[in-house]
Amino acid sequence: MSRFLYVTKGVAWRSIHNTIVSPAILLPSIIFPLFFLVAFAGGLSRIADIPNFDYRPGYTAFQFVFVFLQSAAFGGVFTGFAVARDFDSGFARRLLLSAPQRSGIVAGYVIGALLRWFITGSVVTIAALIAGMNVFGSGIDLVGLLGLGIAMNFAAALWACGLAMFLRTEQAGALIQMPVFVLLFLAPVYVPVHLLTGWIHAVARYNPVTVALDAGRGLLAGSPIRVALAFALLAGAALVLAVFARRGLASAERAG
Amino acid sequence: MVADVSLFQQVSAVAHRSVTRTLRQRGLLVFPVLFPLILFAINGSALSAATHIHGFPVSNYRDFALALPFIQGALFVSISAGTDLARDVETGFFNRLALTPLRGSALLVGQLGGAFVVASIQSIVYLLVGIATGVGIRAGVGGAVVLLALSTLISFGFACLGCLIALRFGSGEAVQGIFPLLFVLVFLSSSSLPRNLIKTDWFREVATYNPVSYLIEGVRSLIITGWDGEALALGFGFAAALAVIALALAERAMRTRLVRT
Repeated sequence: MSRFLYVTKGVAWRSIHNTIVSPAILLPSIIFPLFFLVAFAGGLSRIADIPNFDYRPGYTAFQFVFVFLQSAAFGGVFTGFAVARDFDSGFARRLLLSAPQRSGIVAGYVIGALLRWFITGSVVTIAALIAGMNVFGSGIDLVGLLGLGIAMNFAAALWACGLAMFLRTEQAGALIQMPVFVLLFLAPVYVPVHLLTGWIHAVARYNPVTVALDAGRGLLAGSPIRVALAFALLAGAALVLAVFARRGLASAERAG
Repeated sequence: MVADVSLFQQVSAVAHRSVTRTLRQRGLLVFPVLFPLILFAINGSALSAATHIHGFPVSNYRDFALALPFIQGALFVSISAGTDLARDVETGFFNRLALTPLRGSALLVGQLGGAFVVASIQSIVYLLVGIATGVGIRAGVGGAVVLLALSTLISFGFACLGCLIALRFGSGEAVQGIFPLLFVLVFLSSSSLPRNLIKTDWFREVATYNPVSYLIEGVRSLIITGWDGEALALGFGFAAALAVIALALAERAMRTRLVRT
């Protein structure tokens, strides 16, 4: 156990250190969510005027929850890029040779993703509050929202690390981020699910991200809905993706 | 013997290499075409509620949204054109060319040949997908031809910009680095709503001063309005200005890059 923690701590520290000291890594992960918040909450705020748009805290808060969870997911995705980069540079192979407990490598990257997202999530939250976002949820509700973000980040990081370890090249970047991007945008991003029409309504209804998004918006509005289901789905996804990531690690071990 | 080779032949040789290289890298063709279409499919449906906003110009959001893939595709063309050129700089291909009597302008125009092919293919694909999903072109068949011409000119302008970055910095990473900035410019425009319906004042101001708004509105006017002289003049004007300025600066950067020592 101590060997596992030793590896986890080392990899996590390196991951967050690299993020902080390298603006080329840190800035995109901060700028992209901020830009989405500005573009959606600013440019599309008129959407709140359409009939039956009934989200009480307003459109900035409505978009904030999406961007908050999206930044959590992409915090995980960016960590997958770092894993792929480590394989391309040869560092990951040296790490595999030297780590006394290799599953600690995955845990370290996942914790690194979480720490990285804490920076991005904080910046996005501060930006939304400066933009005048209304928060109607209680302290417990907001802790719930934070928990949803952590769970989302955890699941996305496991997906990204697993795939990066299977493919072991930076060229896997598009493959890592595309499913996450599409899954996020197939949820009710711009309007509540009941205002969606056509095929997107059918897809969004069965998209698990919709449940997380509804739960997050409910928590911010102080009227929680489907929170338990959202956590259960994210926990289930994390469990499956943890197995996937472990298999990715095994594949990297076999490749030597 | 080499000195007898005309400028046209020089351009053709470089263009042939550029087009062949582009067509061989299918990933470069698939991703720029597919990604804007995915966003079109999603946003075309997800934002359909926006048509309920009082004063929204069309009843089907897909009609309004179709202009965006043309612009997003142009951004991808700029990245692929710039990355190809940067790779030539990084691998030393340019240094070897500097030893030949090849003219810099021929090299630049030829290099843009690959970008032109991608731009043409993706514009046709976007138009066909739009029509297949029920989008009507208000300006008719002639309007569709003008739309293709405008979108190709826009792509060409952005490709020149990509080449300029590649020549100035000589690195593919620098070209990739400009992509987020271009992406921001697209989203801070009238890409999702008409400017007069943007509620947030500062956002509307930014969109008004953002030239990308006029590129989008030029393309969009042919789809949802018909023949709108002002929108087309602004669209073609900004696209041509982008192409001319970026090409002139790229030509200067090329001369520096190919300086014979």
